[in-house]
Amino acid sequence: MAIDSKVVAQVAHLARLKVDTADSEDLSSRLNDILAMVDELQQADVADVAPMAHPLDVTQPLREDVVSEPNIRDKALEIAPAAEEGCFLVPRVIE
Amino acid sequence: MHDKTLTELKAGLANGEYSSRELTEHFLARIKQFDGELNSFITVTEEQALAQADAADQAIAAGQAGLLTGLPIAHKDIFCTEGVRTSCGSKMLDSFIAPYTATVVEKMAAEGAVMLGKTNMDEFAMGSSNETSWYGAVKNPWDLERVPGGSSGGAAACLGARLAPAATGTDTGGSIRQPAALNNVTGLKPTYGRVSRWGMIAFASSLDQAGPMGQSAEDCALMLQAMAGHDHRDSTSLNEKVDDYLGALNEDISGLTIGIPEEFFPATLDGAIADNSRAAIRELEKLGAKVVSVSLPSIKLSVPAYYVIAPAEASSNLSRFDGVRFGHRCDDPQDLEDLYKRSRSEGFGDEVKRRILVGTYALSAGYYDAYYRRAQQVRRLIRDDFARAFEKVDVLMGPTAPETAFKLGAKKDDPVSMYMADVFTIGVNLAGLPALSMPTGFINGLPTGTQVIGNYFREGQILNVAHKYQQATDWHRQLPAFGGEQ
Repeated sequence: MAIDSKVVAQVAHLARLKVDTADSEDLSSRLNDILAMVDELQQADVADVAPMAHPLDVTQPLREDVVSEPNIRDKALEIAPAAEEGCFLVPRVIE
Repeated sequence: MHDKTLTELKAGLANGEYSSRELTEHFLARIKQFDGELNSFITVTEEQALAQADAADQAIAAGQAGLLTGLPIAHKDIFCTEGVRTSCGSKMLDSFIAPYTATVVEKMAAEGAVMLGKTNMDEFAMGSSNETSWYGAVKNPWDLERVPGGSSGGAAACLGARLAPAATGTDTGGSIRQPAALNNVTGLKPTYGRVSRWGMIAFASSLDQAGPMGQSAEDCALMLQAMAGHDHRDSTSLNEKVDDYLGALNEDISGLTIGIPEEFFPATLDGAIADNSRAAIRELEKLGAKVVSVSLPSIKLSVPAYYVIAPAEASSNLSRFDGVRFGHRCDDPQDLEDLYKRSRSEGFGDEVKRRILVGTYALSAGYYDAYYRRAQQVRRLIRDDFARAFEKVDVLMGPTAPETAFKLGAKKDDPVSMYMADVFTIGVNLAGLPALSMPTGFINGLPTGTQVIGNYFREGQILNVAHKYQQATDWHRQLPAFGGEQ
């Protein structure tokens, strides 16, 4: 399916990105170029081939369920755009 | 001093030819003199570097030197560094002062390394030319009108011009090897899981791998010795014994079998690029290696598979940048959705947005099987091709990049053409294998590189092959007129 401005708007909404109408056509053209290249994947015979999500096919190891890292809340709050009483402060968006 | 390799500088420090402070001041002065034009650093940490150098001089005097004590090293701005801006080349993180330090940086500092600063890079490591950085394009020291490659282009350019003797980089689809080739330096992408990713800002988690960039294979071996090893904080880090990389450098390579994948020398490849790599392979034959032809039939699908998998993982990883906790936040949002959308749209550049959109599309209902699942199946085909090749050969070789450094702006508006810059490197990331790029000659004054790909955890072997080649040749010793030995 080709990507048109309507699809760009839908996908941008899912990705929480704002796409200006003026840029939409150009962007959909670029995305179609990329998808045309990616469509080469359809040539592959992948019947009975298991997907590979990890390059080494290893099992993710589990570690002991104990605290191993120090609490860096204060350091994290220092770099927040705004913080108050130990919490991230976000703009008032719900009346 | 700047014409010496990292290992030569280490010897100079040990012999008392100069102090770490003198060495550090020398490179800081070069950065001041030349980087205005090159733009290879985002942040220079002069004060911290001099303090670390003084501590290193004391350690050397007390006979307590580690692997890297007193040696100046530049870190890619993708690695978190406590108290120092970590921007990842993005406006989104321009104000981000990391509250902790990445394992790679921590391990190198524990061995005494001096951090000169943070190098420029494509935004969130997305690019092959270093033109997507919010801090402006990096220039190639061999021709200031050309790109240095990407995404570790700042690291490669500062090494090429000898503004630092060594640097760290990361490689998701070729981002250590391709810029290494374009700047006449040596760069190693280790096996996936060999080096911790903790504290490295994630682009595509199943592909990203940190690695060393230096002037020689010996330099890369020295740095990898310090970087490698299991990290309990990274669940993808593998608990495998770290080899003696420096000890492996001088092993005899007679009898070693080099496989030449026919797909790495297509009829469409620039003849001069092919000639340089074939000449490098012949040099290794003179040293006793055997050469056989092999085939990697599915490798032709590596670029399409990568440009589904990497954007899909990126769309997930970058969802954390939402204007709430850290990073760029838009002014006066109308509601929560407006806060997310405007913060992300103002903070991310065009290439990052493009990849997020491709990734979101590929993962969305109705397209998942056709794109993402199929790309993961093709990934297995590619991995199996490499496994079959390594049943017959010890290493694989071919050109690192299909062309020399291109002109700034030449491909910026043509993403698909840009993506082809990594056509020979991407398969290695999909398979998780280790690979190294080494300088192997010039075309019209511009450097070219050749790749040595090894089997899993055989970094020692590929460093050994590259070291033997570099003992027999001097391509890696060539310096550009810009910033080189004046």
